[in-house]
Parts: sequence; C-alpha cells; structure tokens
Amino acid sequence: MNHWIIAPVILPALLAPFIVLVMRHDLSLQRVFSTAGTAVLAAISLVLLYTAANNPPEVYYLGNWPAPFGIVLVLDRLSAMMIALTAVLALLVQLYAIGTSWDARGNHFHALFQFQLMGLCGAFLTGDAFNLFVFFEVLLIASYGLMIHGGGAKRLKAGVQYVAYNLVGSTLFLFALATIYSVTGTLNMADLAVKVAELPAGDAALLRVGAVLLLMVFAVKGALVPLQFWLPATYSFAPGPVAALFAVMTKVGAYAVIRIFTLIFPPETAATGTLFADILLPAAIVTLIVGAIGVLGATGMARLVAFAAIGSMGTLFIAVSQFTPQAITAGLYYLLHSTFATAALFLIVDLLQDRRGNDDLRIALPPTGQHGLITVLFFGGAIAMAGMPPLSGFLGKLLVMDATRGANMAIIWTAILATSLITIIGFSRAGSQVFWKAYATTTTMPKPEGKAEPLAFAVVFALLAGLVLLTVTAGPVTSWLTDTSTELFDKTAYINAVFTPVKE
Amino acid sequence: MELLVASAVGLMTACGVYLILRKRTFPVIVGLAMLSYAVNVFIFASGRLAIGLPAIITKHPEGYTDPLTQALVLTAIVISFGMTALIVMMALGAFLETGDDYIGMEEREQPAGPKEGAE
Repeated sequence: MNHWIIAPVILPALLAPFIVLVMRHDLSLQRVFSTAGTAVLAAISLVLLYTAANNPPEVYYLGNWPAPFGIVLVLDRLSAMMIALTAVLALLVQLYAIGTSWDARGNHFHALFQFQLMGLCGAFLTGDAFNLFVFFEVLLIASYGLMIHGGGAKRLKAGVQYVAYNLVGSTLFLFALATIYSVTGTLNMADLAVKVAELPAGDAALLRVGAVLLLMVFAVKGALVPLQFWLPATYSFAPGPVAALFAVMTKVGAYAVIRIFTLIFPPETAATGTLFADILLPAAIVTLIVGAIGVLGATGMARLVAFAAIGSMGTLFIAVSQFTPQAITAGLYYLLHSTFATAALFLIVDLLQDRRGNDDLRIALPPTGQHGLITVLFFGGAIAMAGMPPLSGFLGKLLVMDATRGANMAIIWTAILATSLITIIGFSRAGSQVFWKAYATTTTMPKPEGKAEPLAFAVVFALLAGLVLLTVTAGPVTSWLTDTSTELFDKTAYINAVFTPVKE
Repeated sequence: MELLVASAVGLMTACGVYLILRKRTFPVIVGLAMLSYAVNVFIFASGRLAIGLPAIITKHPEGYTDPLTQALVLTAIVISFGMTALIVMMALGAFLETGDDYIGMEEREQPAGPKEGAE
C-alpha cells in the first residue's frame, strides 16, 4: 500500500489544529507554517500525479479493512489531477492573501484554509459515497468560516444565506445516500458500480430516485440551474482570495458528477439509462444562458465574475452531459482553464475593489493607483473567461464543441456561440465603464501610487501565465486527459483495484 | 411500525420544507433541524426496520439488524448538530450586525413601530 495517498488529507488535517492551538497569536508564524504546508501539499500532489499517470488506479485501505467493509481512498488520474489543481491554486491564493494582508483582517484564516484543503483533497480521493458526504461537510464548514472572514453586515447576510442553502443540500445528500443504500446495501463506490449493474428490475425506480437526488446535490455544488441561486451573492461578497479558492469548489460538484455518473450510473446501466444525460444537458444549456445574461446585467464587478463562473460551469456540464470519453476530455480541459480564469478574475476584481473603494459599474470614478496594470490584467482575464483566442478558453470551448457533434449539435453550438458573444459584450461594457470612463471624470493624470503589493500582482500574473501555459501545452495536456477519460470509462480497472486483496 | 416511521419522516420533512421557505432566520433554522431529524430517521429505516434485534452478530435466533445505518446516523447526527450550532451563531451575528433577521440580500424597508432591541 502506498501511504502517500492519504498524505493530502492528513497533512492539512494536522497542520490546521496545530496553527489554531500553537500559533494563534502570531500571524507571521501562521503564514510561514501554512504556506510551507501548502507548498509541501503541492509537491506531494505532483508526485501523486506522476504516480497516477504511470500506474493503474491505486487504493488505500483505511485501517487495512478490506473493501467494501472499510473506507477506501482511490488515487487515479482524475483524482490526482484534481488534487494537483487544488494544491497549486491554493498555494497561489494563499500567497495573494498574504501579499494583500487579507489574512490579517480576521482570525484563523490559515487554519480554516488548511481545513478547506483537507475537505477538498478528501472529497477528490475518497472511494466511498458516505465518506464523500463527510468530506463535503468538512470543506463546507471551513468555507462558511472563510466566507465571512473579515466580517461586515453584507458579508454576514450573504453568509447566512449560503450556509442555509448548503445545509439543505447536505440533508438532500443524506436522503440520496439512504435511498441508494436501502436498494443496494452498500456505499462503497466500486461495490455500488457492481451492484447497480446487476440490480433486479423491480428496484430500479427507487434507485433512480436516489440517483437523481444525488445529481441534485452535485448540481447545488456545481451551481447548475435551477440550483445556482446561492452562488452570485456568496462569491461576490466573499473576500477576494476566498472567492478565488471557491473557484475550485464548484468544480467539486463537476468532479462528483463525472466520478459517480461514469462509474456507478453510466449510460449503459439498465436501471437508469440516459436519464442523467437527458436532465443534465438542458440544465447545462440554461446555466450557460443564465450566466451570460448575468454577465451582461451585473451591476458590480464581483457579481459579473460570479455570473461568468456560472456560465463556465454551464459549458463544463454540457461537455459532461455527453458522457463520452472525448467530451469528458474536453470538459476536463475546460475545467482546468475555468478554475484558473475564474480565480484570476476574482483576484483582479479584489485588487480593483481595494483601490477604487467599490466595484460598482454604474458610477465612474477617477483612475486609481496602478490603474494601467490592473486594466491589462483584467483585459487578459476577460479574454480567457469569454473564450476568445489566443487563450485557453477559446481552445476549451472549441474542444467542447468538437465533442458535441451529434443529435443536439445545433442547440449546443448555438448556445455556446451566442453566450460567448454576450459574455464578450458584458466584459467589454464592464471594462470600458470601469477602466476607460475613469479618464472622463478627471482631467488630471492618476495619482502615482496606491499600495505596491508586488506579491499580489505576481500571483495574478502567475495565474494568467498558467492559462498561457495551458494554451501552449494544449496538445500534451489533452492527450494526457484523453488517457484520463479512457481510464474513467474503463470501470473494471477501478473495481479490480478496489477489490484486490489487501497486501502488506 | 412501517406506517408510523414513514409518516413521521414524511410529516417532519413537510414541516421542515415549509419552515425553510420562510424568509426569517428563526423558522429557517427550526426547519433545517426538522429536516435533519427526518433524514436521521430515514437513514435508520433504510437498513430495514427490526424490533428487538441486536446490531451485532450474536447467537440470537432471528439474526441481527443492520449496524451500518446506525453508524451512518451517528455521523449524520454529529454533523447536523454542529452545522445547526454554526448557523445559529452566524444568524445571530448577522442579526446583531444589521438589526434584521431577514434572509436574502435585497434591501428591505424597516418594519414600522419601535425597533426591537438587539441586545
């Protein structure tokens, strides 16, 4: 057994209480330990990524209990990729939070951040459906704390709404799991895959109810219409770096859909058939449209980015709803792109908000410190997010469109192309309102310096550089992702890995 | 027995859903608590209902009842208890900060009449 598999869960789980208990009065100590911890996590995740790329799925048996009786963690290419994505993003976001002193605006930022990473890594690694619920709760409870970090009336109100919405989601998750358990008698994912495939026809109706409930839970996480209402207020009122980290949280929903609905309920299952694809596709198209209209109609910069995030989830779920290896490959590429693009834009908006005082698009304010620099960054981020060439958003959308040739091609292509145009208009309107109109309000040139914050700018540049890298290396990345989705659709490898007898 | 448990789950879920659709924090929190009770009983029932049977394998002539659902319920209870405590604290914080227990982001007219103290 490769014990490194559990390291991404254990490391933040030990570090977080250590930070709370030992160094809660010393922010600089917290910064050092927390950043070092995240850097080590990133290193471990890259090693795991390398391991997963060269081996079949690897299983970690907690307490050495054989599956399906004990909880298992499974490392395959998809989970390794998600962990690496999370760790790299987390490291950048954390440096940004330190560079802008966001972590000093309230208590326990770093401890909550580590707990959040523990929940995320656990959710990506686990091979047990109930354990997935537990890790969802861990990441949510940390996100509740991060969301209201820094306080303020608006943020607290948005926080209460976010918590209430997600508690309903958690209850729904439990209902779904209990229904599935009552039909199959197991919650181990590999075991579920076996049991669902050979389910007697009489139990199919109950299983379908459970599976659709489960899909609804992941739709809440992934902000799929009609369950996206929590996202705009949450993301726009959350602190900038937290919103950037949350960019990977919606992807947890997408990951869970890909994992559960390719492994346990693939389209060839007799009990469920193409039910989920039929639900997902219209919902994803409407999500995309809602996101684009939101971008056009947003009154604030942060809300604009939040709606752009919803739109990108729509594109991602369109790809996922096809349930073919090619479409999943396209979806995963778009997932990587949209995580970095969303995070970069939230950080840019935070830089702007910090200097301008607010992010309202309806009022023109004079140019702020580093006006030109932020303008350039926003321009880059907007190009990526809207899916214009030359950045990876364009390639991602191209891949998704290439993978959706078929029966619904006309609707999907129209939706993607029309919403791209609307998003471009929305972003250019916002950009001209905030960055160009600034010069119309004043005849004097901008005041020289705001805050310098070189680290924060370096992080945003690094995120945009990541997008450029993703564009330049699109060939190798997609061929790697093709292997990933092939592995996803090869259920027997996953199932065999889990049920291999425990070796010492 | 089945009828009793099923109607209890149904009734609690119905009350919970009704309450979380209110737009003030107190009913919403009570509704969430209601829903979590409902789901706890539901999980318990998903391991099939049995009376007077042990949850471990023994020499009992009629066998045993499913122990896994009991463990699941225990986890669910702990988590929902913690989450309820958390949302109570957050709702209280939001109320003290804004003087309003309304859920939702839109600005609202303050109700007429003397404002209740926030102490």
